[in-house]
Amino acid sequence: MNNDNKIIGHIHSHETFGLVDGPGVRYVVFLQGCRMRCQYCHNPETWALSGGEEWTPEALLQRCLRYRPYWKDNGGITVSGGEPLLQMDFLTQFFRLAKGQGVHTTLDTAGNPFTREQPFLGKFETLMQYTDLVMLDLKQTDPAAHKSLTGWDNGNILDMARWLSDHSKAMWIRRVLVPGLTDDEGELSGLRRFVDSLLTVERLEILPYHTMGLFKWEKLGIPYPLDGVEPPTEEQIKKAETVLGIQN
Amino acid sequence: MHDYEQWSGFQGRIWKDEVNVRDFIQRNYHPYDGDESFLAGPTEATNKLWGALQKLQKEERAKGGVLDCETKVVTGLTAYGPGYIDENLKDLEQIVGLQTDKPLKRAFMPYGGIKMAIQAAETYGYEIDPELKKIFTEYMTTHNDAVFSAYTPEMRLARKTHVVTGLPDTYGRGRIVGDYRRVALYGIDYLIEAKQNDLNNCGCGNMYDEVIRLREEIAMQIKALKGMKEMAKLYGCDISQPARNAKEACQWLYFGYLAAVKTQNGAAMSVGRISTFLDIYFERDLANGVLTEQEAQEIIDHMTMKFRMVKFARIPSYNQLFSGDPTWATLEVAGIGMDGRSMVTKTDYRFLHTLENMGPSPEPNLTVLYSSALNDNFKRYASKISINTSSIQYENDDVMKPVWGDDYSICCCVSATQTGKEIQFFGARANLGKTLLYAINGGFDEKHRIQCGPRYAPITSEYLDYDEVIAKYEVWLDWLADIYVNVLNLIHYMHDKYYYEAAEMALIDTDVRRTFATGIAGFSHVVDSLSAIKYAKVRVIRDEDGISKDFEIEGDFPKYGNDDDRADEIGVWLLKTFLEKIKRRHTYRNSEPTTSLLTITSNVVYGEATGAMPNGRAAFTPFSPGASPSYGAEQNGLLASLNSVAKIPYHWALDGISNTQTISPDALGHSVDERKVNLVQVMDGYFDQGAHHLNVNVFGTEKLIDAMEHPEKEEYANFTIRVSGYAVKFIDLTKKQQLDVIARTCHKML
Repeated sequence: MNNDNKIIGHIHSHETFGLVDGPGVRYVVFLQGCRMRCQYCHNPETWALSGGEEWTPEALLQRCLRYRPYWKDNGGITVSGGEPLLQMDFLTQFFRLAKGQGVHTTLDTAGNPFTREQPFLGKFETLMQYTDLVMLDLKQTDPAAHKSLTGWDNGNILDMARWLSDHSKAMWIRRVLVPGLTDDEGELSGLRRFVDSLLTVERLEILPYHTMGLFKWEKLGIPYPLDGVEPPTEEQIKKAETVLGIQN
Repeated sequence: MHDYEQWSGFQGRIWKDEVNVRDFIQRNYHPYDGDESFLAGPTEATNKLWGALQKLQKEERAKGGVLDCETKVVTGLTAYGPGYIDENLKDLEQIVGLQTDKPLKRAFMPYGGIKMAIQAAETYGYEIDPELKKIFTEYMTTHNDAVFSAYTPEMRLARKTHVVTGLPDTYGRGRIVGDYRRVALYGIDYLIEAKQNDLNNCGCGNMYDEVIRLREEIAMQIKALKGMKEMAKLYGCDISQPARNAKEACQWLYFGYLAAVKTQNGAAMSVGRISTFLDIYFERDLANGVLTEQEAQEIIDHMTMKFRMVKFARIPSYNQLFSGDPTWATLEVAGIGMDGRSMVTKTDYRFLHTLENMGPSPEPNLTVLYSSALNDNFKRYASKISINTSSIQYENDDVMKPVWGDDYSICCCVSATQTGKEIQFFGARANLGKTLLYAINGGFDEKHRIQCGPRYAPITSEYLDYDEVIAKYEVWLDWLADIYVNVLNLIHYMHDKYYYEAAEMALIDTDVRRTFATGIAGFSHVVDSLSAIKYAKVRVIRDEDGISKDFEIEGDFPKYGNDDDRADEIGVWLLKTFLEKIKRRHTYRNSEPTTSLLTITSNVVYGEATGAMPNGRAAFTPFSPGASPSYGAEQNGLLASLNSVAKIPYHWALDGISNTQTISPDALGHSVDERKVNLVQVMDGYFDQGAHHLNVNVFGTEKLIDAMEHPEKEEYANFTIRVSGYAVKFIDLTKKQQLDVIARTCHKML
């Protein structure tokens, strides 16, 4: 266990009041580092693979537990990012400790690092023992569209969803809805077909694109690829929900 | 023992032998643990009356804030003839009675200060009758004149620099809640008899100050009770006897309240905790088959409409302090009894339901006495109303009950007093932010460029040393506590003498307990400043006079509002230190000193009087309100902020710790049901940690900006938001305050 104490996580920020990142009221930890370059990313400052506050899993859990009074029987902790799977050792230890305290754990991932190769898969299997829910952000089902949106292939990401389904792991699938970019009807139908083929999806959610992260791109001096794109209208959201079969 | 036929069906005996409303409630109420499905919508009469009133409110706004103003008749219980919302609709009014003879017309109330009464009228284009001006200037002394005649030069100076500020020396002190339920339960004759008995037993014949004063006060109370009967007669009601049914109970109770607002223009004129009491009457009538739910709701709606109409003529400086024309007609629902039974009744639901039947409204200042132990049905209903209207506030019954019992009322925005047994001497605020600058600058006022207080040595080093700052600050806090308490002693002496609240005190026990409610302004900025000095390096930038004009901070420091004990503990220290200094002093009429972290909207004015501070707050910008963290300080989300505030021990700030938070609906959950449940969990978690108060606003910044730019839009006419300790219609705020509200953190997750 002494070795475990040496595990350090690089944390970008904390949000004590997460109510749309898993069930109930949640403490959301944003880890530093992501390799994807999604055009609409609202946290581009988490891209850099180094930096961030350094935390041990123990200290972070102690911090989180201060919010237990708000969680009641359905809240807990959510690890988001950045891409949490890039800090698997830290994440696993953090969730292991949390489960030891009976805390509900949610992993919010885009699945980009997933592979069935070792040593990744072995570590991932261990992580899943301590993860109650995976929220998987499926940015595009169409491989070409995915590549153009994020710079990466999506084969391994869809494979991860399959793996989770095969291993009976509860999932929420999420889709950021960007007008003209991710809301093509054919693409949405494709997403629905794929989700229908999975056995453990508890919820399919639309996250309407917003421009509140735009200032961060400006601050970082990165040209914003979606300049001028407006958030979806109520109508566009409704339409997408209909295609996806989401009932409110 | 008295026994009235009006009491038939009521249990118990103690309350019959003596004035004891709590005993009556505990013996007779039935908790309701069901949901809101029983509630009835507005009747046609309600829609008509509310429609007429909204039209009047629109005219009032179009006329610059005042619809009409009395200039010839001095207010009093029977000074004005009966008034109705609309002469043509008066038969529809289930509950009658207005402050003057016309709706929204402001009475002429000179006793608090003739200068203010004249100025208030003139501000809105009215001229007080010259004869009245002469009488109240030449032949009579008003409260304001008396206070200023006795102030010392040092007090005037401290007042001028706003190091003590917002004082009730230019307006009625308010915060005294009569137990208006007594009128309904006992009728006036019984109450006169009881007060007459008190007078007979007041003193043993030896005449010294306290006895003489009290005898005179009781005599004034008896006179006021008699006046109430006459006032009710103007509306065709005989309130000498107890109320016979629910409608009469509401009407009688309202007459008690009306007597208060006809005679006093206090800064806060609370209604009190009336829902559980009234429910006993509603339940009796419903059980007897003489009332339907529709009729019950109509009575509550109409009564609430009256609370929405209370108005006073105010001067511009008052409006800057307390923006949006508030009256703090505070009315509480829920809470849990000493025996553990929920005090939620159907009438608690009915009062909240008025916000659905007649839309959002700042008044009455609806307050939920919250406990996580209240049942889920009620908590979720209140949460839903919050999400839809942003019109209610929450206060923690679990921390108040051990101190005030289970029959307390909120006497202003957030402060508790035992109903009918206790009053409060309202004390406005001491500016702890400015005082920190006095410690640094040796009492040279950074805004007024004059020496205020003793010429203690200033700090002359370039970088601030924590120990030196604390040592000097403590000395200055002592000075501040001293002058502050003495100013208040003087004010309340004069208020008792020249503007005694006879009508309210007539409905309170003669043997009354008093609290002395001081307050703190600038809390979060002082905490962050001290933290900056302790954990970072703070360099003083001085002007040509050697007075601090800005501060340069090198390095990072923990800030209050992030659940960081290093900063939060400084806050706890500050509160305790100040309260201890207050407690050492003699307080008027042996009142019990308390303090508060609540600033109403006066945080803007106090901030404007205060220079740059060592936490980086720019000169002459608004303070954050009450106990809320400094703007931009919160970096870990809402719950971290709530945890910081929850660490402040209520028993050191018994007058209240107000916290205002705005949550974007999208951040609260995806669906209405989810949001409702999530908000309940946030409040459970917050209050279970011992926090005192929470104002909950649910809307996005975009809506505020749009409302500021387009106040004419119909949808914003009643757009209500919670500010520190009360609610206002957003479009009634001054532009400065609107910008201030917008600038505050709106909690949403990206």
